[in-house]
Amino acid sequence: MDIPKNIFYTKDHEWARIDGKTAYIGITDYAQSSLGDITFVELPKIGEELKQSKYCATVESVKAASEVYAPLSGKVTSINTQLAAHPELINQSAYEKGYFFSLQISNEAEKANLMDASAYQRYVEGLAK
Amino acid sequence: MLKTPLYNTHISLNAKIAPFGGWLMPIQYEGILAEHAHTRKAVSVFDICHMGEFMLEADPALSGFDRIVTQNIISMPEGSCRYGFMLDEQAGVLDDLVVYRINKTNWMLVVNAATTLGDYAHLKKNLTGEYNLKDISDKTGKLDVQGSESLDVLKDIFGDGLAKLNYYTFSEFTFHDQRCIVSRTGYTGELGYEIYISADYVVKLWKVLLKDVRVKPAGLGSRDTLRLEMGYPLYGQDLDINHTPLAAGLAKFVDLSKDFIGKDALLKEQAGGPKERLICFQADSRRAPRHGFAIFDRNQRVGLVTSGSFSPSLSVGIGMGYVAGNYSIGAQLIVKDAGTEIPVVVTKKPFYRCRTN
Repeated sequence: MDIPKNIFYTKDHEWARIDGKTAYIGITDYAQSSLGDITFVELPKIGEELKQSKYCATVESVKAASEVYAPLSGKVTSINTQLAAHPELINQSAYEKGYFFSLQISNEAEKANLMDASAYQRYVEGLAK
Repeated sequence: MLKTPLYNTHISLNAKIAPFGGWLMPIQYEGILAEHAHTRKAVSVFDICHMGEFMLEADPALSGFDRIVTQNIISMPEGSCRYGFMLDEQAGVLDDLVVYRINKTNWMLVVNAATTLGDYAHLKKNLTGEYNLKDISDKTGKLDVQGSESLDVLKDIFGDGLAKLNYYTFSEFTFHDQRCIVSRTGYTGELGYEIYISADYVVKLWKVLLKDVRVKPAGLGSRDTLRLEMGYPLYGQDLDINHTPLAAGLAKFVDLSKDFIGKDALLKEQAGGPKERLICFQADSRRAPRHGFAIFDRNQRVGLVTSGSFSPSLSVGIGMGYVAGNYSIGAQLIVKDAGTEIPVVVTKKPFYRCRTN
């Protein structure tokens, strides 16, 4: 299981890479592996205001559709347009080429609700038991 | 939950396991898309040991067997298989099944896993006079070998005689002195074979197959996407006791020139036209219609999705469902679920045309 350091995680298996006021958002390696082959993604629109822990995207695998929740509140500043034609990028590169979108962080304090890599590692190990 | 003889083999191959029809079955190994593609372009082996098999010794007319199934079995040549249904008196589908004619009075019936016990009871109840019915499901292993290279792979195991099998025929072969039945049938649309072998030898056969570098294991996930691309129905979703073969658009597997259980109800439905019809539809995007989604004609709810998935071969969502009313090819409908609206176009089956069968 790939759990990079220096990025933040949620219990719903989203990640956030924070770069100043901007956060890049995606789903974790654990999430993509549990879902299996991803076949479709519905992303938020640029300019949309997202709220932490609320719905922000849908990801579909061959077997099922799942909701994705925003790890942080903020306004969507860009989306990964590659995913429309190539949702398999999420399976192949969950933390890089398979990112979902970026947002402008509206409340820095919300970072406290996220896990760091070692906390997420322990959380995922707990789920396997 | 029941396990097939191959359960531990699937675990050692790191398969994702899930319940299906009362069985713990492998859903995928490497991934559904890869397994789907490998079946379409090469050859895959599927563990289908969960399905039910009955041996029946009976005169088809005198025992009433001919009345229990919708296909014409009396005209079947020995060594052939025929697809059809068992219906209740209201013409609802109790199960879909393939009948194998071994000789004049010996038959093998291949039925769905979840319906095996009910089918056996239905046969017992309706057979009369002299007959011998045995449920051999526990003792019988079944592997489906499907894909363009399936003949080449299986010839190495069963011999060149396999090449003589035409579509929907079968013959007996041997594997390690074990008699097995191999039919040129399948549920993927590709060139393929279904192998019935003693449950004690099925693991050995699986291992021999996987030693061949051309063969990969495939799970029920890709079995579902492969069959759906062909427009083949799945019992319990696209076929059930509430719908007739006529509603399902499968009247060609019903012989109306003979007598069978449910015929009166079916003729009545035919005269009035079925209330619902099973349609096939294709989405305008990669988004998949799913089992249980509602089907709308503009703002009127007209039906329910029975099967739906992303089609790996076509890269769009496809599905089937029952609708009230008559929608012709090209009609535009909407498939809906909470927060999701998928425009779809009614299309004909198969969704995907195979090159090898």
